[in-house]
Parts: sequence; structure tokens; C-alpha cells
Amino acid sequence: MSDTLSVLAVALVCVTTVVVGGLGLRLSRRTSDFYVAGRTVSPRLNASAISGEYLSAASFLGVAGLIYDQGVDLLWLPVGYTLGYLVLLVMVAAPMRRSGAYTLPDFAEARLGSVLVRRLAAVLVVAIGWMYLVPQFQGAALALALVTGAPQWVGSLLVAVVVAVAVGAGGMRSITFVQAMQYWIKLTCLAVPAFVLLALWMRSGGGVPTVREGWWEPFAARSPDDHPYYRTFSMMLALCLGTMGLPHVLVRFYTNPDGVAARRTTVSVVALLGVFYLWPPVYAVLGRLHLPSLPEGVRSDTIVIQLPGRVVDGVGGDVLTAMLAGGAFAALLSTASGLAMSVTGVLHQEFLRPRLARLTGGDAFGFGGFRLAAVGAVVVPFVVARFVEQIGIATTVGFAFSLAAATFAPLLILGVWWRRLSRAGAVAGLIFGSVASTAAAVTTYFGGPLGGWGEALLANPAAWCTPLAFASAVVVSLATPGSVPRDTGRLMVRLHTPERVHLARSRVPD
Amino acid sequence: MSPTFHVPTAVVVAGAMVLLGLGLWAAGRGRRRGFLSTVDRVTYSTLHTASLASRHLADGLTPESASAAGKHLLAILGATSVAVCDSAGLLSWTGPGDHHAGEAHDHAAATRTSGAPTVLGSDVITCADPDCPIRAAVTAPLLADEKVVGTLTAYAPTASAGLARATGELARWVSAELDVAELGRARTRAMEAELRALRAQISPHFIYNSLGAIASFVRTDPERARELLLEFADFTRYALRQGGPFTTLAEELRNVERYLVLEQARFGERLQVSLLVAPEVLPVRVPYLAVQPLVENAVRHGLASKEGVGHVTITASDQGSEAEISVDDDGVGASPESVQRILDGQSRADSVGLGNVDARLRQVYGDEFGLVVETAVGAGTKVSFRVPKYAPGVHSD
Repeated sequence: MSDTLSVLAVALVCVTTVVVGGLGLRLSRRTSDFYVAGRTVSPRLNASAISGEYLSAASFLGVAGLIYDQGVDLLWLPVGYTLGYLVLLVMVAAPMRRSGAYTLPDFAEARLGSVLVRRLAAVLVVAIGWMYLVPQFQGAALALALVTGAPQWVGSLLVAVVVAVAVGAGGMRSITFVQAMQYWIKLTCLAVPAFVLLALWMRSGGGVPTVREGWWEPFAARSPDDHPYYRTFSMMLALCLGTMGLPHVLVRFYTNPDGVAARRTTVSVVALLGVFYLWPPVYAVLGRLHLPSLPEGVRSDTIVIQLPGRVVDGVGGDVLTAMLAGGAFAALLSTASGLAMSVTGVLHQEFLRPRLARLTGGDAFGFGGFRLAAVGAVVVPFVVARFVEQIGIATTVGFAFSLAAATFAPLLILGVWWRRLSRAGAVAGLIFGSVASTAAAVTTYFGGPLGGWGEALLANPAAWCTPLAFASAVVVSLATPGSVPRDTGRLMVRLHTPERVHLARSRVPD
Repeated sequence: MSPTFHVPTAVVVAGAMVLLGLGLWAAGRGRRRGFLSTVDRVTYSTLHTASLASRHLADGLTPESASAAGKHLLAILGATSVAVCDSAGLLSWTGPGDHHAGEAHDHAAATRTSGAPTVLGSDVITCADPDCPIRAAVTAPLLADEKVVGTLTAYAPTASAGLARATGELARWVSAELDVAELGRARTRAMEAELRALRAQISPHFIYNSLGAIASFVRTDPERARELLLEFADFTRYALRQGGPFTTLAEELRNVERYLVLEQARFGERLQVSLLVAPEVLPVRVPYLAVQPLVENAVRHGLASKEGVGHVTITASDQGSEAEISVDDDGVGASPESVQRILDGQSRADSVGLGNVDARLRQVYGDEFGLVVETAVGAGTKVSFRVPKYAPGVHSD
């Protein structure tokens, strides 16, 4: 019974995504009531779309699981996920929109006029996108296996296929509507069961979970070797600065008509994310109460989906479980399709189109190359997700954030606010940041436990990788004033002048 | 199935692959070297240096371009120093002995007036410093359009015949590069002129017909006539505006909308219009007046000569990093050959700027972004184009 309902819910989410994605364009009008200005995407709609795309399986399943496992210390995670948008709002939202860049490589080229920086940025976008996609596929496998008992690969394959079809079929024609809808699906699917569970908890007279010592403390050491303050600080830094470097976030800001709308959108995003993150802790605490221990081999990521079945008997529990499964799938699908879309765009534009054009003698326009890129964008992380041992969803996402914070944050912040950033400096920042944080991730993943500070530094690399990247970018820029782009001044004026100010087109008399 | 992943094995295999790759690469490199004779290698390196210099010369003759190209020119000549001057003064000095930089413009004076190469010996070029290697100069003219626009002076301890010859040849090559740069600028100017021409080219038929239609409402429906006149004023203001060559798709579509309101006043129910616009692409920048001529073409050639109701569909869709805009009509169509002639600019038929829009799109975004026309006689016409959401140098302000 539970299986059938859950499968139905998952199928419903998948079908809605594809159908609304394909048909959104059909909302047409006749000239008599057509006003273009009224049809630009409003900041609020766009904010829903950004939130919908941003709230991934890591938020829907992972946060509750981590808090359940390791205590309220992990509440820092949702704080950081939201704070990232505050930094984005203050530092880059409006100037970024005014730059006219659609992707991060575009910004690199607009700001520095260098093909090398553009290429590096493109490679990093693909790397971060894939890194972020792997846990989405793993989360899909987890969620579907749990609610239906299907083999692990079925869930990953389902998400991979739906995403590839949706992206390849026409680039998700009305992606803004789809993603905005996904946000409200996710919020409903998470909040309604939470309300029911809370009501039942109140009726049964409350009850406080028995937890191990330190579970309720904000900075609790998990082991003698743990450095809670460093770990938290590094994680917060990664989340604060990493958000602006996520490829699927920036793309959505392009839809804003101007810088002011970009700022308004960001404020709404912070509010929407705040509302969403109220709920995962509810599941974690109630999970501790009703499921004091998980059976061997069951991951804490599953706590959200397991909880209703444990608390509510009969059909009620099945319906709530199905809702959560559907919501988890919505989370997976929206994030995965947004990421796949960005990765596909970069793969196509930077790597595939030039090659195809050469192969076919400059005759390679059309949509074939884009479809090929869409398949590539999905297949690689799918294969990696299948053959790499599963680590916690939030951990992999954490590394993606660290990499973004150590590479794109210096490029964007210095690019927007520092006139003396040179091409060589930007290249140095990107290379130092990416090599350092990749090395840390690889050592943590493949190397054995190091213990002590070494392990702490490698497990949370953002606190030293990001300053390293900033420092190398600044030092190299100061050392190579010759490679500062010539029209930096003019570009800076364009990035920072509000649209309502009309710059006088004055000309220096000859 | 449970994947087994033995880390040490994987590391060893990956390491071996990397070593093998490096080895093959090094071997390939070594062999490629071996096929070249010394003469070949010198030729290639000279050509390479020349190509580096030509990249800078594409900007024309400016202090920046001259000093950037100077070091490559010096490498080709093998002289001690190189000076580039234009008619007003020194543009760049490359190499040692820059205390002579102030005199370089005077050294070139004879060449500037005569247009012939000159050789100056140590009798003219004097220096208090006994170690200074600058004792002789060879000056050759840089010509553009048969006129002397600058000079190239090579300084060396002695003026050999070889240096004189090399300087002359190099100056001729630089002149050719400057001509190419001038050609590029001329093409840009022509494109700008063409854009200005298109701007003024609101078709007279349209003005005449609109005013006629408005006049017919003045008595029967003065309120509507007033609205139409205001639309007409806004339309002309947009079409004749002064400003950058780009605008947003939203602005462009708003102008199309004004245009269609005026056309509907004339055609009434005969003209049916649908717009299918994905809101995501409205902020995309497009060349100014890129869509309106296509719509005008659809209305005039697709519908005006047809009996009964005609439909025009304007679609703007999101395609990832690009946006596609297409204008569809179910009118009389045209033969592909005649459309080909219009796009090639061979036909002077009143095609309302199709060829111009095509040329501007290609110039801004590259050849793969031109107009795509799908048509046949009696089968309607579909004109579409794609624009990348971001292209370097394209911004509306």
C-alpha cells in the first residue's frame, strides 16, 4: 500500500515536471492584451524558482539526517545555506546582473577579456556541477529504494533519464515556472507531514527525546580529535562564499530585468529558504524521540521518510510517507535539472560546439549538439554515483561548496570590487583554490584517517583554501599590473551604476 | 552487484597511464622536431613572430599597438632597437639606448617628406656615451593608401645593406597589416552606416498606410484615433532613436507590439497575431530593430497580397544559453531562390531589411547565427534566428 502510493507520488512529480516544462510556453496571448513589460519574471516568482532549484536532496533529506545523527550543532548548516544568499545579495547580485553575464565563464570573459580564464571557469563549472549532481543521484537511489524496495540503481536511473529528457527536449522551455512550482511542492511536502507529526506529539503530551551527551550543544566535539569551532567556521565560510559560485544559481539571476530586481529577488530567496529550513529540525528531534536508534546499515539520511510510517498507523502514515517521497523527488529533480542545464550549456558552448563545427565544416548549428551535451552532462555523474561508495549527501555537497568558495568567490568578489585584478591574478586564484580544495577532498576520501589537526583541516578545507585563493589572486595581480584589462574602468562604471542613472555620453574633445 | 574498488591498484594503473601518455607525447615531440631543417625552423619562427606582431597591428597605429608589436618587429629585424613614429611624434621605442628616443622623430623626417627609405650614419647619429650601440639608423616609410602615415626606424651599430633591405621589407609588411586594419575599420563603419540607414528606413508605405488608417477613425472613433496616433509617435521615436546598437528583447517586442496595433487598425480582423514568449528570454540583448523588420516582412509579403484572414505568430523561446526568435506567417510564401537572392543582397526587391538583419546578426555573433528562412510558394514563411544570451561586447546602454 505504502509502495503504491509512494510510486504514484514520485510518478506524479516526474510527469508534472516534464509536462509543465514542455508546455509552459503555450501560455500565449493575443496582441490586444499583450504587454511585454507585464510579462517579465517578477522578483517573487524568480525567487521561488531560485529556491526551488537550490533546495536539493541535501536540504530535504540530508539536513534532518545530520542533525539526527550529530546533534543541533548541525543547525549551522541551514544557517549557512541561507547566509550564502545574504553574501550574494550584498556582494555580487546587482553588479552581476548589470554585467550581462549568463554563466560564470561569461562573467570571467566580460570582466577580464581572457580566453584562458574563461576556459578555466568553464572546467570548474563542469567539475562543481558534476560534484553536486553525484549526491543528487545517490539521494534518488536512496529515496526510491526506501519507499518501494526497488534496487538502488532504479532511482538514479529514473532521475538521470527524466533530467536528460527534460533538458535535451528543449532546454526546459519554461524552467522558471517549473522550478517555482517545485519550491511550493517541496515546502508543502515537508511542512504538512511535519504539522501532523507535531500535532500528534502535542496530543500525546510532548515528551523529550533521550539523546547522548552534547546533542543539544551548538559547538559539541564529536570525538576527542574534533575541533568544533574550526569545523563550524570553515563550513560557514564555504557555504557563505560557495553559494555565489554554484553554476545553477547565477543562471537564474539573468532572468531579472535589472540589478534592482536582482537584489529584490535575493531578499525573497532568503525569506523563502528561511521558511523551508524551519522543518528539517522538527524531523530530526521527533526522529530522536520515535526512532532512538537506526538498524545496522540504514543511513540517517532516511530519517525523514521513515518517521511518518513509525508514528502514524495505516493509510495516514502511507499518505504522509508518499508525500515526503514525492517531495524528496521534487527536490532531486529540480536541483538535478538546474545543474544539468548549466553543465550542458557550458559543455555545449565551450567544448562541444567548436569541435562539432570543425568536424562538420562549420555546419553544426541546430540542436543536436546540445542534446549530446545533455546526455554527457548526466551520464558522467550517474556513472560516478553508481561506482563510488556512498558518503553522506551533505558531505559531498559540502565539498562542492568548498570548491566553489575557493575558486569563484575570489573571482567574483575581486572581479566586482577590485579594479586592479589582473588576468594572471585571476588565473592564479582559480588554480590555487581549485588544486588546494581538490587535493583536500581527494585525501579525505581516499586517504585513511589522519587524526588531529591534519584531518580537521582536510575535511573542512574552505577556511584555508579560500584565503589562499584570495591571497594568490591579490599578490599575483599586484605583481602583474600589465595584465590588468585596459577597459576595466569603463566596465566597473557599468557594473556599479544603477540602471535609473543615465550616464551622459560625453566625449573628450579631440 | 557490489563494485569493488581497490585504491592502490587504481592509483598504480592511473600512474602508469599518465607516464605512458607523457612518454608518447615526448617521443612525438622529439620526432616532429627531427623532421625540420634549420632553414625551415628559422622560417617558421619568423612567421610565428610576424603573426604575433600582426595581432597587435590590427588596432591600427597607436602607442599601445606600436609598443606591443615593437618587440616582435625587433626580433625579426635583429637590430639593436626599433622606433615607430607617426606624423605627430614617437609612438614607441623598443630596445636599449632610449636616450635617443627623443631624436627618433627627427631621424625619420626625411622619409616622412619624401616617402623613400633613408640611411643615417654615425655622422648624424652622435652619442656622448662611447659604449652606446646606436650609431646608425635605417628608416622606412609605413604607407596606408599610398600616403605616409608613419615610419619604422631600425637602429644598429652599423648600417649594413642587409639591415636596410630587411627594414624596407618589414615596413612594407607592416603597411599591408595597417591596410588590413583600416579595411576592418571601414567595414565596421559601413555596418554602422547601414544600421543608421535601416533606422531611417521605416517603409514609406507603412507611414502612408498608418496615417490613412488613423484618418479613417478621426470622425467615427476619435478616441481610438488619438490612441493610434500616440502609438505611431512612440513607434517612430523608437525607430529613429539615437543610442547604442543593442536593446533588450523586451524593448524590441514592445515596439513590434506598437507596430502591430497600427497594422491591425488597417487590416482589422484580417490580421491575427499570436505571441508565444518565454519570459526568461525577455532580458536577452538583441541588435536594435532585429525583430520588427521580420514582422513587417511577414505582414506585407505574407498577408497583404493574400485573400482572407492571415495569421502571424511570433515566438521567443529559451534554449539554454541561447534564445530563439521566430516569425511565422501563413501567407503566400516565396520561392527559396528569391529569398536566397535577398539574403545575398543581390535583389533590390522591397524585402524590408531581411538582408540587413541577416548581415548585422552575422557580424555581431558570427556566421552560424544568421537568419534561417523556411519557405515555399503557397506554404507560408518562417523566419527565425538565434542569439546567444551573452556575447562579449554586447550590452545595451
